[in-house]
Amino acid sequence: MGSQGGWGQSKEFLDLVKSIGEARSKAEEDRIVLSEIETLKRRIAEPDVPRRRMKEYIIRLVYVEMLGHDASFGYIHAVKMTHDDSLSLKRTGYLAVTLFLNEDHDLIILIVNTIQKDLRSDNYLVVCAALTAVCRLINEETIPAVLPQIVELLGHPKEAIRKKAVMALHRFYQRAPGSVSHLISNFRKRLCDNDPGVMGATLCPLFDLITADPSSYKDLVMSFVSILKQVAEKRLPKSYDYHQMPAPFIQIKLLKILALLGSGDKQASEQMYTILSDIFRKGESTSNIGNSILYQCICCVSSIYPNTKSLEAAADATSKFLKSDNHNLRYMGIDALGRLIKINPEIAEEHQLAVIDCLEDPDDTLKRKTFELLYKMTKSTNVEVIVDRMIDYMININDHHYKTEIASRCVELAEQYAPSNHWFIQTMNKVFEHAGDLVNVRVAHNLMRLIAEGFGEDDEGADSQLRSSAVESYLRILGEPKLPSVFLQVICWVLGEYGTMDGKCSASYIIGKLCDVAEAHANDDTVKAYATTAIMKIFAYEIAAGRKVEMLPECQALIDELSASHSTDLQQRAYELQALMGLDVHAVESVMPLDASCEDIEVDRSLPFLSSFVQQSLEKGARPYISESEQSGMSHVNIFRSQDPHEVSGHTLRFEAYQLPKPSPPASAPIAFAPPTDLVPVSDATYARDIQPPPKVPSSLDALSADVGVRLRLEGVQKKWGKPTYSSSAAPSTSSTSQKTVNGATHLDGVGSMSAQARDTRDNLYDSRRQQVEVSAEKQKLAASLFGASSSKNEKKPSSHKTIKGSAGNVEKPTIMVKAVTSSEPTEKTSVPPPPDLLDLGEPAPETKPSVDPFQQLEGLLGPAPVQSTPDSSVVAGPREPDLMALYSDIPMTNLSGTSTNPTVTDLYAVSKNPQGATNVSTLKKGPNPQDSLEKDALARQVGVTPSGKNPNLFRDLFG
Amino acid sequence: MIHFVILISKQGKLRLTKWYSQYSAKERSRAIAELSSAILSRGPKLCNFVEWRGNKVVYRRYVSLYFCMCIDHDDNELEILEIIQHFVEILDRYFCGVCELDLIYNFHKAYYILDELVMAGELQESSKRVVTRLMDSLDLLVEESKEKANTIRNMIAQVTK
Repeated sequence: MGSQGGWGQSKEFLDLVKSIGEARSKAEEDRIVLSEIETLKRRIAEPDVPRRRMKEYIIRLVYVEMLGHDASFGYIHAVKMTHDDSLSLKRTGYLAVTLFLNEDHDLIILIVNTIQKDLRSDNYLVVCAALTAVCRLINEETIPAVLPQIVELLGHPKEAIRKKAVMALHRFYQRAPGSVSHLISNFRKRLCDNDPGVMGATLCPLFDLITADPSSYKDLVMSFVSILKQVAEKRLPKSYDYHQMPAPFIQIKLLKILALLGSGDKQASEQMYTILSDIFRKGESTSNIGNSILYQCICCVSSIYPNTKSLEAAADATSKFLKSDNHNLRYMGIDALGRLIKINPEIAEEHQLAVIDCLEDPDDTLKRKTFELLYKMTKSTNVEVIVDRMIDYMININDHHYKTEIASRCVELAEQYAPSNHWFIQTMNKVFEHAGDLVNVRVAHNLMRLIAEGFGEDDEGADSQLRSSAVESYLRILGEPKLPSVFLQVICWVLGEYGTMDGKCSASYIIGKLCDVAEAHANDDTVKAYATTAIMKIFAYEIAAGRKVEMLPECQALIDELSASHSTDLQQRAYELQALMGLDVHAVESVMPLDASCEDIEVDRSLPFLSSFVQQSLEKGARPYISESEQSGMSHVNIFRSQDPHEVSGHTLRFEAYQLPKPSPPASAPIAFAPPTDLVPVSDATYARDIQPPPKVPSSLDALSADVGVRLRLEGVQKKWGKPTYSSSAAPSTSSTSQKTVNGATHLDGVGSMSAQARDTRDNLYDSRRQQVEVSAEKQKLAASLFGASSSKNEKKPSSHKTIKGSAGNVEKPTIMVKAVTSSEPTEKTSVPPPPDLLDLGEPAPETKPSVDPFQQLEGLLGPAPVQSTPDSSVVAGPREPDLMALYSDIPMTNLSGTSTNPTVTDLYAVSKNPQGATNVSTLKKGPNPQDSLEKDALARQVGVTPSGKNPNLFRDLFG
Repeated sequence: MIHFVILISKQGKLRLTKWYSQYSAKERSRAIAELSSAILSRGPKLCNFVEWRGNKVVYRRYVSLYFCMCIDHDDNELEILEIIQHFVEILDRYFCGVCELDLIYNFHKAYYILDELVMAGELQESSKRVVTRLMDSLDLLVEESKEKANTIRNMIAQVTK
């Protein structure tokens, strides 16, 4: 196909791409693009641009825009192009507008008409193009304009169109859930479509709908399970296989849906156990896609009502992930573990060393994931270790987004589990010191309140100890050069309140420090205000205590400076400070009472001390004051009304009533249409549940499928088996472990036929593992602190509880051994060639020959090339991927074809051409279609694209 | 859900970008800058995932080209990795052995293929054959219309001669 071999673009465009490819700096690239924009502006505005030429201009605009430059001057031309009759141009137009325009762009309205027309087209390819555009461009306002047509297309004879129509509706649901709520029956119908593609696509909107309201789809559990069963049994057409797996993407989607439907629903979950264990059993952990299904299965098992057997299978799969060398799998393993420990916290214990390995891994992503896991399993016993580790990590990263997250997690854990006040203060200091600008201000206020109030125990001694340790640490920290503003505020406040409390520091010392703070942060008014007030407090205490405080020169300077400040707030504080110093002891005591930050300030709102004044004024003929509520009678009524929540929400959403008749009780209440935020404060669970059904009410079509009785019953179950109960049911470990023994026994039976040799190796493995464990004593210590004292499994005297566990561990290892054996078996390998896993391939390949220029290869073809290519191709393509094209063998062939198709090129390379060498090499050739790549290569050269030293890989087959 | 797809070369040059969620021009360029520096600097043998602004970016390297997809926090990374592979396999089939140059000069074709594969941020078709067949029929149609245009042009030329 001509369009595939060549790049049907003009010389100009090819030149542009080439020069951008060769640009050495961003500035140079920008210059090239800007001049291209100028050219395009001029050309596009010319009258009577031929359509085909215009198409190329549009593609060039797309290119320019992709590089991050503004091409808005050409948008309108792209819009115009969507009107074109020719499909090729129309597609280009649609492609351009979908890439250019966000759905809130003004030009969208001009396209809606075209889309409507195209959706009606006889040519299904035109309809496809329009549907693709619909997914990107139609916004909430324009949905009604195309919705009826799209619903109609759901019944189109072409499966490609049905599928895209489903996806378009899925998009509409994301944009405006209300717009398609009456179409649920259509989705259910499409689930039974006889084209697997359409069925697979339908899972997308159903997933969203079920996420929003699982209870209405419980009747579909059986259907999903049977679809999943059929898929797993390879009932789908072969073309849906992917790397020997039957339709894995559909399987994954189904598992996601089942996880939602089975969550907290015992009855629904029971229908899934069989298929889940089937999938675990068939699970293929040698390929990436097999593992992704296993992972999804684990997610599903951990989400549905727990079942011992499937949980065990999930734990097995998880431990395989964690023991893998592959970082991706370990990452998934950590994630899976995080899900499983919610149900059974003991699972983590077995993998503690793996977890610690991940925590210490140089890979940042893995490390963060592990922190996430630790965060989930923090208890009061291990909080210190975990938070310390988190802070250490936090200090060393620059990524603001993640720093904020981990800082807030530290704060949360510290607030929740702090073992001692001292530790809490220290921890908070560290967090503030290193991420103070990133944490919520609320956290700072909490800290101040905590220091002021103590930990709630009535132990004054401990509290004052806490305070003086805080003061001490703050005085030390003030020496640091750069502190975040929020932290400085806390410091100033604490120093002001408690700086001189324990008598260790003199008032003038503290005041001096505070003046330094104010001076060092001349631009931060808030810090200055805090410092000034703190100084004022110190003065007040001293005066109240009857001591004379001499005015430090820097303090006087500060007051002078602030009195002339632009900020009225600072001015006021400075004047107040000055005024305070002139007052006598008694006045100061009542203005600034000692350590009164926690006292409640009582405010008498009737202001009795003014009554004599009021009386006087009234006597003089002033009009009496009318209270606000009396001023407007209406508002009074409003207050009354707002006490009824139904009224309020009905009130805010009144306009909805145009579409739906006032619903009759009890099934629906108007609140159902309230935005979700309104539902949040509703604490009553049953109330919240009551209002779930109404969105379904309008679709009377649907009433058949979900009978209310069943739904209600399921809700009862959900409440009974709700998430919180899991942990409590899992807590009595005796029952769960005894069950484990049973399972362990059956497992042992299963592997009983294993050869003795395998057993030996297993034992060896176990021993070596034990040794390794003993070596890394440090890790073990860490493990002990993270997972509790029982962690040192190997040294622990086997109590009855532990023996059970040990046997379970033994059971699990053989399965790994079996895996190892099969993978090293050569016959297995040859009979079933594993799918090309490019994950591993991409890494070594570039290293082997990064600097090789194909052209040099070409010139040196006579001798070394064939020799060189042999080892290379074995390294790169290897025996595993026989179908992939090896680069080196390509080139000589290309050259040969250059002779026939392209004389000019041949002339250039005629010298290096050697037919014999070429045929030699071509025998090594494995590519799928040499002819095409030859043409491609020749064309590239004709264009003048040379793989420079900078990027020798342009020509390389992405798969090799 | 897939929020965006970016193809970026080892040298940091963009080869393709497709946004399924709403991002302003500023957010886009920031995302590209942040991700290309984060991903290109990662060594081999590490995870193919990067956490980014509360979402995750899954990337996979093919020779000199990185395919990156940004997904939600709770999505299945391994699946996305395979969707990328699926995409590349289809590209390979369509271009008969795809190389970076194909994607540079024929990037609009790559967009078309991506549109057939991923729609509204979800994988819409998992069969390689279905996608390739549709692409082929589209190309065929274009060829036909080209031929038709040529014959018409010839006819006009003959008549006016």
